[in-house]
Amino acid sequence: MTQTIIDTANHLAGYAAKAARVKVIAAYPITPQTTVVEKIADFVESGEMDAEYIRVESEHSAMVACIGAAAAGVRTFTATSAHGLALMHEALHWASGSRLPIVMAVVNRAMGAPWSIWPDLSDSLSQRDTGWIQFYCADNQEVFDTIIQAYKLCEDERVFLPAMVCLEGFILSHTYAPAKIPDQEKIDSFLPEYKSGWILDVNRPYSHANLVAPEWYMEFRYMIQEAMENAKRLIPQIDREYGKFSGLEYGGLIEKYKCEDADLIVFTMGTMGSDAKLAVDRLRKEGLKVGSARVRVYRPFPIEEVVKLAGRAKMLTTIDRHISFGMEGFLASEIKASLFDQKDRPLIAGFIAGLGGRDVTSETIERIVKKSLKCMHTGRVEKETEWVDLRE
Amino acid sequence: MTAALKRRKEMPITPLSCPTVGSMGKTGFWRTFRPEINHSKCTRCTLCWVYCPDAAITRQEDDSPKIDYDYCKGCGICAHECPVKAINMQREEE
Repeated sequence: MTQTIIDTANHLAGYAAKAARVKVIAAYPITPQTTVVEKIADFVESGEMDAEYIRVESEHSAMVACIGAAAAGVRTFTATSAHGLALMHEALHWASGSRLPIVMAVVNRAMGAPWSIWPDLSDSLSQRDTGWIQFYCADNQEVFDTIIQAYKLCEDERVFLPAMVCLEGFILSHTYAPAKIPDQEKIDSFLPEYKSGWILDVNRPYSHANLVAPEWYMEFRYMIQEAMENAKRLIPQIDREYGKFSGLEYGGLIEKYKCEDADLIVFTMGTMGSDAKLAVDRLRKEGLKVGSARVRVYRPFPIEEVVKLAGRAKMLTTIDRHISFGMEGFLASEIKASLFDQKDRPLIAGFIAGLGGRDVTSETIERIVKKSLKCMHTGRVEKETEWVDLRE
Repeated sequence: MTAALKRRKEMPITPLSCPTVGSMGKTGFWRTFRPEINHSKCTRCTLCWVYCPDAAITRQEDDSPKIDYDYCKGCGICAHECPVKAINMQREEE
C-alpha cells in the first residue's frame, strides 16, 4: 500500500535507498548531506535495511568503497555535498570508466571560499564531464522517485553508468513536505535485483578498467558517449513506467509547463523550476504567453527537446544557480549550443541568480521574465548575462 | 585486451584483464641482483612467498620457497623480509 509521510528530502533519499534494497552504503557526513546517511545508518542499525554500512575516513574513500562494492556486483549508494564531492572527483572518473551503476545523492551546496553551507549548483555542475548522469530535483517527492528511477536506468545494460541525483541543500534537504512512498512490491517489480555484467570473483579472477594503450582508449570513451545517448532515450520511458504505479511523472528529461503556445520560455534547474511555474501562472493571468521548462536531466543534455521547445518560442530566458567564471551559467551555454544549428533561433537572455543560497522566489522569476519580455519586444538582448539582485 | 580483437563491437565496455603467467613477456632479465636461498638456514616460514610482489616465488610441498628466475626482477623484498637472513642478493654476472 502507498504510504504518505511528511519528511525532509534528505530522509526521503534514505527511504529511497531502503526501497531500492541497496546492499552497500559507504559515506562520509558533510553539511547539508549528513541527515541522508544518518537516516540510512538508522535503517541499517535497526535491521529495517539489510545492507553493509561502510564508515570511511573521507569522501574519496567513500567513492572507492562504492566502486569496489559495485564491482563485486551489488547495488550501492552514497551521498555527499560540495567539498566532499570535489574530493571524490578523481574517483568519479573511475566509477564511470569502470561502467558501474552507483547512485549518489548530491545535496547541492555552494563551493568555498568564501565558506558557505547554503545551496547553489556549482558543486555538481563542476563534475559535468566525469561521465556521470545528472538529475536535478524540484521537490522532496521527486528526490525519492528519481533515486529509484536512477537505479533502473543505470543498471540497464545499454547504460551501465553511475548517476547523481541532485537536490538543493536546505531548500529541500531539511524541509519537511508530504511525500508518497509506493508499495514495496511495486518498487521491487519495477526494480528487480541488480544483475551485474561482471562480478569480481576469486574463482574466476580478473581485474577491470586497467591500462589500455592508445589504440584502445578512444573506443572506451566512445562507448560512454553511446551509453549517454541511450540514457537520453530511456529516461522518458522509465519515468512513464514508474508513473504507472506511482501516479507521478516528471516529463522525462524536461518538465514542461504551459510551453505549448508560449512566446517566452524560462529555463531553470532544480527548485527554481517550482517557483517558475508559480511565476508563469501569475504572468498568464496578465495575458502574457510564457511557459516554464525545468531541465531535469543535465547529463545527458536534452538537446533535441530544447530544439523542439525553442522552435515555437521567440525568447528564451535561462536562470542559472551557477556561474562558470569567465563565461556564463552552464545552462545558458548548453542551451545556446543546442540551438546554434537552427535557422530561426529565439533570442536568449541569461541570468545568474541564487548563488550561495540567496533566495530566488517566484516574484524574482516574474521580474526576470518581465525584463526578458522587453528584450523580446525590442528584438535585442542588451546584456548576455545579468546578475539578479546584485548589490550596487 | 587481446591483439585478436579488432572491432569496437567485440570489445567489452571496460577493459578486463585475466591473470596469466607472463602476459607482458619474461621480466627476469631486468634483474641486477639475484636472490639466492640458503635452504639450510630457511625455516619455511613462507614470508618471502607472501611478500614477493611478482608472485615469482612458489611454495613447494614442504613449504620451502622456490624462485622463478624467468620473472624475478631482483627487487630484494624477499631478502629484506626474511627473518633468518636465508636469502642473499648476489650481483648478476656481467
